[in-house]
Amino acid sequence: MADNKDVKISVKNLKKSFGTLEVLKDISLEVTEGEVVVLIGPSGSGKSTLLRCLNQLEKATSGQIMIDGFDVTDKHTDINKVRENIGMVFQHFNLFNHLNVLKNMTLAPVHLKRLSKEDARDKAMQLLERVGLSDKAQAYPSQLSGGQKQRVAIARALEMNPDIMLFDEPTSALDPEMVGEVLAVMKELARDGMTMMVVTHEIGFAREVASRVIFMEGGYIIEEGTPEEVLDHPKEPRTIDFLSKVL
Amino acid sequence: MVMIIQTYGTMLLKAMGHTLLLCLLSLVFATIIGMIFGLMNVGHNRLLNFIGTVYVDAVRGVPLIVLAYFIYFGIPAGIQSLGFTGFKMDALQAGTIALSMNCGAYMAEIVRAGIQSVDRGQMEAGRSLGLSYGAGMALIVVPQAVRTMIPSIINQFIITLKDTSILSVIGFPELTNVGKTIMGNTFKNLQAWAIVGIMYLIVITLLSKVSKRIERRINRGR
Repeated sequence: MADNKDVKISVKNLKKSFGTLEVLKDISLEVTEGEVVVLIGPSGSGKSTLLRCLNQLEKATSGQIMIDGFDVTDKHTDINKVRENIGMVFQHFNLFNHLNVLKNMTLAPVHLKRLSKEDARDKAMQLLERVGLSDKAQAYPSQLSGGQKQRVAIARALEMNPDIMLFDEPTSALDPEMVGEVLAVMKELARDGMTMMVVTHEIGFAREVASRVIFMEGGYIIEEGTPEEVLDHPKEPRTIDFLSKVL
Repeated sequence: MVMIIQTYGTMLLKAMGHTLLLCLLSLVFATIIGMIFGLMNVGHNRLLNFIGTVYVDAVRGVPLIVLAYFIYFGIPAGIQSLGFTGFKMDALQAGTIALSMNCGAYMAEIVRAGIQSVDRGQMEAGRSLGLSYGAGMALIVVPQAVRTMIPSIINQFIITLKDTSILSVIGFPELTNVGKTIMGNTFKNLQAWAIVGIMYLIVITLLSKVSKRIERRINRGR
Protein backbone atom coordinates (compact mmCIF):
# COMPACT_ATOMS: atom_id res chain seq x y z
CA MET A 1 0.00 0.00 0.00
CA ALA A 2 1.34 3.38 -0.93
CA ASP A 3 0.46 5.08 2.30
CA ASN A 4 2.52 8.01 3.45
CA LYS A 5 2.04 6.84 7.04
CA ASP A 6 4.24 4.02 8.25
CA VAL A 7 2.63 0.60 8.25
CA LYS A 8 3.60 -0.92 11.60
CA ILE A 9 1.78 -4.23 11.43
CA SER A 10 0.75 -6.06 8.32
CA VAL A 11 -0.94 -9.45 8.47
CA LYS A 12 -1.69 -11.43 5.32
CA ASN A 13 -3.83 -14.57 5.23
CA LEU A 14 -2.86 -15.62 8.73
CA LYS A 15 -4.03 -19.05 9.81
CA LYS A 16 -3.44 -20.69 13.14
CA SER A 17 -4.45 -24.16 14.27
CA PHE A 18 -4.02 -25.93 17.58
CA GLY A 19 -3.98 -29.55 16.51
CA THR A 20 -7.14 -30.02 14.49
CA LEU A 21 -8.81 -26.92 15.90
CA GLU A 22 -8.49 -23.99 13.51
CA VAL A 23 -8.60 -20.83 15.61
CA LEU A 24 -7.66 -18.22 13.02
CA LYS A 25 -9.06 -18.98 9.60
CA ASP A 26 -7.93 -16.22 7.27
CA ILE A 27 -6.91 -12.97 8.86
CA SER A 28 -5.54 -10.00 6.97
CA LEU A 29 -5.14 -6.56 8.45
CA GLU A 30 -2.88 -3.57 8.56
CA VAL A 31 -2.11 -1.16 11.37
CA THR A 32 -0.41 2.15 10.72
CA GLU A 33 1.67 4.20 13.11
CA GLY A 34 -0.28 5.79 15.94
CA GLU A 35 -3.43 3.76 15.36
CA VAL A 36 -5.31 2.28 18.28
CA VAL A 37 -7.02 -0.87 17.10
CA VAL A 38 -9.47 -2.51 19.46
CA LEU A 39 -10.39 -6.15 18.92
CA ILE A 40 -13.76 -7.26 20.23
CA GLY A 41 -15.72 -10.47 19.88
CA PRO A 42 -17.05 -13.43 21.85
CA SER A 43 -14.60 -15.65 23.71
CA GLY A 44 -13.04 -18.25 21.48
CA SER A 45 -13.23 -15.95 18.48
CA GLY A 46 -9.44 -15.86 18.14
CA LYS A 47 -8.73 -12.29 19.30
CA SER A 48 -6.08 -13.24 21.84
CA THR A 49 -4.55 -15.80 19.51
CA LEU A 50 -4.25 -13.14 16.81
CA LEU A 51 -2.50 -10.82 19.26
CA ARG A 52 -0.16 -13.59 20.41
CA CYS A 53 0.72 -14.46 16.83
CA LEU A 54 1.94 -10.91 16.24
CA ASN A 55 4.91 -11.37 18.56
CA GLN A 56 5.03 -15.09 17.86
CA LEU A 57 4.17 -16.28 21.35
CA GLU A 58 2.03 -18.50 19.13
CA LYS A 59 3.64 -19.64 15.92
CA ALA A 60 1.51 -18.91 12.87
CA THR A 61 0.45 -22.02 10.98
CA SER A 62 0.51 -20.17 7.66
CA GLY A 63 0.38 -16.66 6.30
CA GLN A 64 2.68 -13.70 6.71
CA ILE A 65 3.11 -11.19 9.54
CA MET A 66 5.26 -8.11 9.01
CA ILE A 67 6.20 -6.02 12.06
CA ASP A 68 8.20 -2.84 11.44
CA GLY A 69 9.17 -4.32 8.09
CA PHE A 70 10.43 -7.60 9.57
CA ASP A 71 8.76 -10.83 8.56
CA VAL A 72 8.29 -12.53 11.93
CA THR A 73 7.01 -15.73 10.33
CA ASP A 74 10.37 -16.10 8.59
CA LYS A 75 12.65 -18.49 10.51
CA HIS A 76 15.68 -16.31 9.74
CA THR A 77 14.25 -13.25 11.45
CA ASP A 78 15.69 -12.68 14.92
CA ILE A 79 12.37 -12.75 16.73
CA ASN A 80 13.93 -11.64 20.02
CA LYS A 81 15.10 -8.39 18.40
CA VAL A 82 11.64 -7.73 16.96
CA ARG A 83 10.01 -8.47 20.33
CA GLU A 84 12.15 -5.82 21.98
CA ASN A 85 10.06 -3.29 20.07
CA ILE A 86 6.68 -4.84 20.82
CA GLY A 87 5.46 -4.43 24.37
CA MET A 88 2.86 -6.88 25.60
CA VAL A 89 0.49 -6.63 28.54
CA PHE A 90 -1.21 -9.80 29.72
CA GLN A 91 -4.54 -10.53 31.35
CA HIS A 92 -2.83 -12.01 34.40
CA PHE A 93 -0.09 -9.36 34.57
CA ASN A 94 2.74 -11.90 34.64
CA LEU A 95 4.99 -9.78 36.80
CA PHE A 96 8.11 -11.65 37.85
CA ASN A 97 7.11 -12.74 41.33
CA HIS A 98 10.63 -13.13 42.69
CA LEU A 99 11.69 -9.57 41.81
CA ASN A 100 10.59 -6.20 43.13
CA VAL A 101 8.93 -3.63 40.89
CA LEU A 102 12.16 -1.90 39.93
CA LYS A 103 13.92 -5.18 39.07
CA ASN A 104 10.87 -6.31 37.11
CA MET A 105 11.25 -3.26 34.94
CA THR A 106 15.02 -3.14 34.55
CA LEU A 107 15.73 -6.86 34.09
CA ALA A 108 15.22 -7.10 30.33
CA PRO A 109 16.67 -3.74 29.17
CA VAL A 110 19.80 -4.24 31.29
CA HIS A 111 20.26 -7.87 30.31
CA LEU A 112 19.80 -7.02 26.63
CA LYS A 113 22.16 -4.05 27.01
CA ARG A 114 19.60 -1.53 25.80
CA LEU A 115 20.20 0.59 28.89
CA SER A 116 22.88 0.83 31.57
CA LYS A 117 21.83 -0.05 35.11
CA GLU A 118 21.65 3.61 36.12
CA ASP A 119 19.74 4.72 33.03
CA ALA A 120 17.31 1.81 33.38
CA ARG A 121 16.72 2.79 36.98
CA ASP A 122 16.13 6.45 36.18
CA LYS A 123 13.81 5.58 33.35
CA ALA A 124 11.90 3.11 35.52
CA MET A 125 11.37 5.76 38.17
CA GLN A 126 10.04 8.19 35.56
CA LEU A 127 7.67 5.57 34.19
CA LEU A 128 6.48 4.63 37.66
CA GLU A 129 5.73 8.25 38.31
CA ARG A 130 3.77 8.37 35.07
CA VAL A 131 1.60 5.41 36.11
CA GLY A 132 1.29 6.83 39.62
CA LEU A 133 3.34 4.22 41.48
CA SER A 134 6.63 5.92 42.37
CA ASP A 135 6.22 4.82 45.97
CA LYS A 136 6.07 1.15 44.96
CA ALA A 137 9.51 0.78 43.36
CA GLN A 138 10.77 -1.53 46.10
CA ALA A 139 7.52 -3.49 46.53
CA TYR A 140 7.15 -7.10 45.46
CA PRO A 141 4.27 -8.09 43.15
CA SER A 142 2.53 -9.97 45.98
CA GLN A 143 2.22 -6.66 47.85
CA LEU A 144 0.36 -4.90 45.02
CA SER A 145 -3.32 -4.80 44.10
CA GLY A 146 -4.43 -6.05 40.69
CA GLY A 147 -4.69 -2.59 39.26
CA GLN A 148 -1.24 -1.68 40.55
CA LYS A 149 0.21 -4.88 39.13
CA GLN A 150 -1.20 -4.12 35.72
CA ARG A 151 0.12 -0.56 35.77
CA VAL A 152 3.56 -1.92 36.65
CA ALA A 153 3.23 -4.41 33.81
CA ILE A 154 2.50 -1.56 31.40
CA ALA A 155 5.45 0.42 32.76
CA ARG A 156 7.66 -2.65 32.41
CA ALA A 157 6.72 -2.97 28.75
CA LEU A 158 7.30 0.75 28.17
CA GLU A 159 10.75 0.55 29.75
CA MET A 160 11.90 -1.23 26.57
CA ASN A 161 10.82 1.81 24.58
CA PRO A 162 8.61 -0.19 22.24
CA ASP A 163 6.91 1.33 19.22
CA ILE A 164 3.97 -1.07 19.36
CA MET A 165 1.99 -2.12 22.44
CA LEU A 166 -0.24 -5.20 22.55
CA PHE A 167 -2.85 -5.52 25.32
CA ASP A 168 -4.41 -8.93 25.86
CA GLU A 169 -7.56 -8.35 27.94
CA PRO A 170 -5.68 -6.09 30.35
CA THR A 171 -8.65 -5.40 32.62
CA SER A 172 -10.44 -8.77 32.57
CA ALA A 173 -8.79 -10.10 35.72
CA LEU A 174 -9.32 -6.89 37.69
CA ASP A 175 -11.88 -6.01 40.33
CA PRO A 176 -14.30 -3.47 38.84
CA GLU A 177 -13.02 -0.56 40.92
CA MET A 178 -9.51 -1.02 39.51
CA VAL A 179 -10.42 -1.09 35.83
CA GLY A 180 -10.50 2.69 35.60
CA GLU A 181 -6.93 3.28 36.75
CA VAL A 182 -5.55 0.88 34.13
CA LEU A 183 -7.70 2.26 31.33
CA ALA A 184 -6.57 5.78 32.27
CA VAL A 185 -2.94 4.81 31.73
CA MET A 186 -3.84 3.23 28.40
CA LYS A 187 -5.76 6.30 27.28
CA GLU A 188 -2.82 8.52 28.06
CA LEU A 189 -0.58 6.18 26.08
CA ALA A 190 -2.94 6.36 23.12
CA ARG A 191 -3.02 10.15 23.29
CA ASP A 192 0.78 10.19 23.17
CA GLY A 193 0.61 8.47 19.81
CA MET A 194 1.54 4.88 20.70
CA THR A 195 0.54 2.26 18.14
CA MET A 196 -1.72 -0.08 20.08
CA MET A 197 -3.69 -3.25 19.58
CA VAL A 198 -6.09 -4.00 22.40
CA VAL A 199 -8.21 -7.06 23.03
CA THR A 200 -10.89 -6.01 25.47
CA HIS A 201 -14.48 -6.26 26.55
CA GLU A 202 -14.51 -2.59 27.56
CA ILE A 203 -16.77 -1.21 24.86
CA GLY A 204 -16.63 2.23 26.49
CA PHE A 205 -12.85 2.27 26.11
CA ALA A 206 -13.19 1.24 22.46
CA ARG A 207 -15.65 4.03 21.78
CA GLU A 208 -13.51 6.66 23.43
CA VAL A 209 -10.00 5.71 22.36
CA ALA A 210 -10.06 3.42 19.34
CA SER A 211 -9.23 4.71 15.91
CA ARG A 212 -10.57 1.43 14.58
CA VAL A 213 -12.67 -1.39 16.00
CA ILE A 214 -12.43 -4.92 14.67
CA PHE A 215 -15.14 -7.45 15.44
CA MET A 216 -14.01 -11.07 15.25
CA GLU A 217 -15.94 -14.29 15.43
CA GLY A 218 -15.07 -17.91 14.68
CA GLY A 219 -11.57 -17.06 13.50
CA TYR A 220 -12.61 -14.44 10.96
CA ILE A 221 -12.73 -10.67 10.96
CA ILE A 222 -16.45 -10.05 10.54
CA GLU A 223 -16.53 -6.29 10.53
CA GLU A 224 -14.17 -3.39 11.00
CA GLY A 225 -14.33 0.37 10.97
CA THR A 226 -14.43 3.44 13.18
CA PRO A 227 -16.05 3.01 16.61
CA GLU A 228 -19.17 4.83 15.31
CA GLU A 229 -19.46 2.48 12.35
CA VAL A 230 -18.93 -0.77 14.21
CA LEU A 231 -20.35 0.00 17.63
CA ASP A 232 -23.22 2.34 16.78
CA HIS A 233 -24.18 1.32 13.27
CA PRO A 234 -23.06 -2.27 12.80
CA LYS A 235 -24.00 -3.85 9.49
CA GLU A 236 -23.32 -7.52 10.09
CA PRO A 237 -26.02 -9.47 11.95
CA ARG A 238 -23.40 -11.25 14.08
CA THR A 239 -21.92 -7.92 15.21
CA ILE A 240 -25.41 -6.65 16.05
CA ASP A 241 -26.11 -9.84 17.99
CA PHE A 242 -22.84 -9.63 19.94
CA LEU A 243 -23.26 -5.95 20.78
CA SER A 244 -26.81 -6.49 21.94
CA LYS A 245 -25.43 -8.93 24.51
CA VAL A 246 -22.57 -6.84 25.86
CA LEU A 247 -23.98 -3.32 25.77
CA MET B 1 29.56 -50.44 74.05
CA VAL B 2 32.21 -48.27 75.71
CA MET B 3 34.78 -50.82 74.65
CA ILE B 4 33.71 -50.61 71.05
CA ILE B 5 33.83 -46.83 71.08
CA GLN B 6 37.26 -46.86 72.71
CA THR B 7 38.71 -49.40 70.33
CA TYR B 8 36.99 -48.43 67.10
CA GLY B 9 36.14 -44.74 67.67
CA THR B 10 38.67 -43.31 65.25
CA MET B 11 37.84 -45.99 62.68
CA LEU B 12 34.14 -45.15 62.93
CA LEU B 13 34.78 -41.43 62.60
CA LYS B 14 36.99 -42.03 59.59
CA ALA B 15 34.25 -44.21 58.10
CA MET B 16 31.74 -41.43 58.69
CA GLY B 17 34.15 -39.13 56.87
CA HIS B 18 34.15 -41.53 53.91
CA THR B 19 30.36 -41.67 53.96
CA LEU B 20 30.16 -37.88 53.92
CA LEU B 21 32.78 -37.60 51.18
CA LEU B 22 30.92 -40.09 49.00
CA CYS B 23 27.64 -38.36 49.71
CA LEU B 24 28.96 -34.86 49.02
CA LEU B 25 30.67 -35.83 45.76
CA SER B 26 27.52 -37.61 44.62
CA LEU B 27 25.30 -34.68 45.51
CA VAL B 28 27.45 -32.26 43.51
CA PHE B 29 27.38 -34.47 40.41
CA ALA B 30 23.73 -35.42 40.94
CA THR B 31 22.75 -31.75 41.04
CA ILE B 32 24.53 -31.14 37.74
CA ILE B 33 23.01 -34.28 36.19
CA GLY B 34 19.58 -33.36 37.55
CA MET B 35 19.78 -29.83 36.15
CA ILE B 36 20.84 -31.05 32.71
CA PHE B 37 18.28 -33.84 32.35
CA GLY B 38 15.54 -31.87 34.08
CA LEU B 39 15.99 -28.99 31.62
CA MET B 40 16.11 -31.47 28.73
CA ASN B 41 12.74 -32.77 29.86
CA VAL B 42 10.97 -29.42 30.02
CA GLY B 43 12.25 -28.09 26.68
CA HIS B 44 10.44 -28.47 23.39
CA ASN B 45 13.10 -30.48 21.59
CA ARG B 46 11.69 -33.97 21.08
CA LEU B 47 15.10 -35.64 20.86
CA LEU B 48 16.26 -34.08 24.14
CA ASN B 49 12.93 -34.98 25.79
CA PHE B 50 13.45 -38.57 24.66
CA ILE B 51 17.02 -38.77 25.97
CA GLY B 52 15.96 -37.24 29.28
CA THR B 53 13.04 -39.62 29.71
CA VAL B 54 15.12 -42.67 28.84
CA TYR B 55 17.78 -41.70 31.35
CA VAL B 56 15.35 -41.11 34.18
CA ASP B 57 13.34 -44.27 33.48
CA ALA B 58 16.41 -46.45 33.04
CA VAL B 59 18.11 -45.35 36.24
CA ARG B 60 14.92 -45.42 38.28
CA GLY B 61 14.16 -48.88 36.93
CA VAL B 62 17.39 -50.44 38.21
CA PRO B 63 18.06 -51.05 41.92
CA LEU B 64 21.00 -49.03 43.21
CA ILE B 65 22.78 -52.16 44.36
CA VAL B 66 22.64 -53.62 40.84
CA LEU B 67 23.81 -50.34 39.36
CA ALA B 68 26.74 -50.31 41.79
CA TYR B 69 27.72 -53.89 40.89
CA PHE B 70 27.40 -53.08 37.21
CA ILE B 71 29.66 -50.04 37.44
CA TYR B 72 32.22 -51.53 39.84
CA PHE B 73 32.52 -55.01 38.34
CA GLY B 74 30.69 -54.96 35.01
CA ILE B 75 32.17 -51.92 33.32
CA PRO B 76 35.84 -52.63 34.16
CA ALA B 77 35.34 -56.22 32.97
CA GLY B 78 33.88 -54.93 29.73
CA ILE B 79 36.68 -52.45 29.15
CA GLN B 80 39.32 -55.05 30.00
CA SER B 81 37.81 -57.47 27.50
CA LEU B 82 38.31 -54.77 24.86
CA GLY B 83 42.05 -55.06 25.45
CA PHE B 84 42.63 -52.37 28.07
CA THR B 85 43.74 -54.96 30.61
CA GLY B 86 45.12 -52.42 33.04
CA PHE B 87 41.79 -50.64 33.51
CA LYS B 88 40.68 -50.37 37.11
CA MET B 89 38.15 -48.40 39.04
CA ASP B 90 38.34 -47.92 42.78
CA ALA B 91 35.35 -48.27 45.04
CA LEU B 92 35.05 -44.53 45.66
CA GLN B 93 34.94 -43.76 41.93
CA ALA B 94 32.42 -46.49 41.20
CA GLY B 95 30.37 -45.56 44.24
CA THR B 96 30.30 -41.89 43.30
CA ILE B 97 29.24 -42.70 39.73
CA ALA B 98 26.49 -45.08 40.84
CA LEU B 99 25.13 -42.77 43.50
CA SER B 100 25.36 -39.67 41.26
CA MET B 101 23.50 -41.42 38.47
CA ASN B 102 20.82 -42.66 40.87
CA CYS B 103 20.33 -39.42 42.75
CA GLY B 104 20.65 -37.45 39.47
CA ALA B 105 17.63 -39.21 38.01
CA TYR B 106 15.49 -38.24 40.99
CA MET B 107 16.90 -34.72 40.94
CA ALA B 108 15.96 -34.47 37.25
CA GLU B 109 12.38 -35.22 38.21
CA ILE B 110 12.49 -32.63 40.99
CA VAL B 111 13.88 -30.03 38.58
CA ARG B 112 11.26 -30.87 35.96
CA ALA B 113 8.40 -30.65 38.45
CA GLY B 114 9.80 -27.43 39.92
CA ILE B 115 10.09 -25.72 36.55
CA GLN B 116 6.66 -26.89 35.48
CA SER B 117 5.19 -25.48 38.68
CA VAL B 118 6.13 -21.96 37.52
CA ASP B 119 3.27 -20.32 35.63
CA ARG B 120 3.76 -20.34 31.86
CA GLY B 121 3.01 -16.63 31.80
CA GLN B 122 6.33 -15.90 33.52
CA MET B 123 8.31 -17.24 30.57
CA GLU B 124 5.92 -15.59 28.10
CA ALA B 125 6.38 -12.22 29.75
CA GLY B 126 10.14 -12.64 29.55
CA ARG B 127 10.03 -13.69 25.91
CA SER B 128 7.70 -10.81 25.05
CA LEU B 129 10.37 -8.42 26.34
CA GLY B 130 12.88 -9.93 23.94
CA LEU B 131 14.68 -12.35 26.27
CA SER B 132 15.89 -15.61 24.77
CA TYR B 133 14.55 -18.94 26.07
CA GLY B 134 17.81 -19.51 27.95
CA ALA B 135 17.79 -16.07 29.56
CA GLY B 136 14.13 -16.51 30.50
CA MET B 137 14.95 -19.82 32.16
CA ALA B 138 18.02 -18.56 33.96
CA LEU B 139 16.70 -15.17 35.11
CA ILE B 140 12.99 -15.77 35.58
CA VAL B 141 11.84 -19.40 35.71
CA VAL B 142 14.63 -21.26 37.51
CA PRO B 143 14.99 -18.77 40.40
CA GLN B 144 11.28 -19.19 41.10
CA ALA B 145 11.37 -22.96 40.58
CA VAL B 146 14.23 -23.42 43.05
CA ARG B 147 12.03 -22.19 45.87
CA THR B 148 9.44 -24.87 45.32
CA MET B 149 12.16 -27.46 44.73
CA ILE B 150 14.06 -26.98 47.99
CA PRO B 151 12.03 -29.27 50.30
CA SER B 152 12.22 -32.10 47.74
CA ILE B 153 15.93 -31.50 47.22
CA ILE B 154 16.61 -31.69 50.96
CA ASN B 155 14.63 -34.90 51.12
CA GLN B 156 16.61 -36.33 48.20
CA PHE B 157 19.90 -35.35 49.88
CA ILE B 158 18.92 -37.27 53.01
CA ILE B 159 17.93 -40.31 50.95
CA THR B 160 21.28 -40.15 49.17
CA LEU B 161 23.16 -39.95 52.46
CA LYS B 162 21.40 -43.11 53.58
CA ASP B 163 21.92 -44.79 50.21
CA THR B 164 25.68 -44.55 50.68
CA SER B 165 25.27 -47.55 53.00
CA ILE B 166 24.28 -49.66 50.00
CA LEU B 167 27.75 -49.08 48.59
CA SER B 168 29.22 -51.16 51.41
CA VAL B 169 28.59 -54.06 49.01
CA ILE B 170 31.41 -52.96 46.72
CA GLY B 171 33.82 -52.71 49.62
CA PHE B 172 34.01 -48.96 50.05
CA PRO B 173 35.01 -48.37 53.69
CA GLU B 174 32.05 -46.18 54.60
CA LEU B 175 30.17 -46.38 57.86
CA THR B 176 28.02 -49.45 57.25
CA ASN B 177 30.96 -51.40 55.88
CA VAL B 178 33.04 -50.55 58.94
CA GLY B 179 30.08 -51.54 61.10
CA LYS B 180 30.25 -54.99 59.48
CA THR B 181 33.96 -55.21 60.22
CA ILE B 182 33.47 -54.29 63.87
CA MET B 183 30.65 -56.74 64.21
CA GLY B 184 32.84 -59.47 62.68
CA ASN B 185 35.66 -58.70 65.11
CA THR B 186 33.63 -58.34 68.29
CA PHE B 187 30.47 -60.40 67.65
CA LYS B 188 28.60 -57.63 69.46
CA ASN B 189 25.75 -57.24 67.00
CA LEU B 190 23.49 -55.11 69.15
CA GLN B 191 26.09 -52.58 70.26
CA ALA B 192 27.88 -52.28 66.92
CA TRP B 193 24.74 -51.61 64.90
CA ALA B 194 23.29 -49.34 67.56
CA ILE B 195 26.38 -47.17 67.37
CA VAL B 196 26.33 -47.08 63.57
CA GLY B 197 22.62 -46.30 63.54
CA ILE B 198 23.01 -43.47 66.03
CA MET B 199 25.86 -41.99 64.01
CA TYR B 200 23.68 -41.86 60.89
CA LEU B 201 20.85 -40.42 62.92
CA ILE B 202 22.98 -37.60 64.34
CA VAL B 203 24.39 -36.56 60.98
CA ILE B 204 21.03 -36.70 59.22
CA THR B 205 19.30 -34.75 61.98
CA LEU B 206 21.98 -32.08 61.77
CA LEU B 207 21.64 -31.99 57.98
CA SER B 208 17.86 -31.54 58.15
CA LYS B 209 18.22 -28.78 60.74
CA VAL B 210 20.72 -26.90 58.60
CA SER B 211 18.58 -27.38 55.48
CA LYS B 212 15.47 -26.12 57.24
CA ARG B 213 17.37 -23.00 58.18
CA ILE B 214 18.53 -22.48 54.59
CA GLU B 215 14.99 -23.05 53.35
CA ARG B 216 13.63 -20.46 55.75
CA ARG B 217 16.27 -17.93 54.72
CA ILE B 218 15.48 -18.35 51.02
CA ASN B 219 11.76 -18.03 51.63
CA ARG B 220 12.30 -14.87 53.61
CA GLY B 221 13.82 -13.20 50.52
CA ARG B 222 10.51 -13.48 48.71
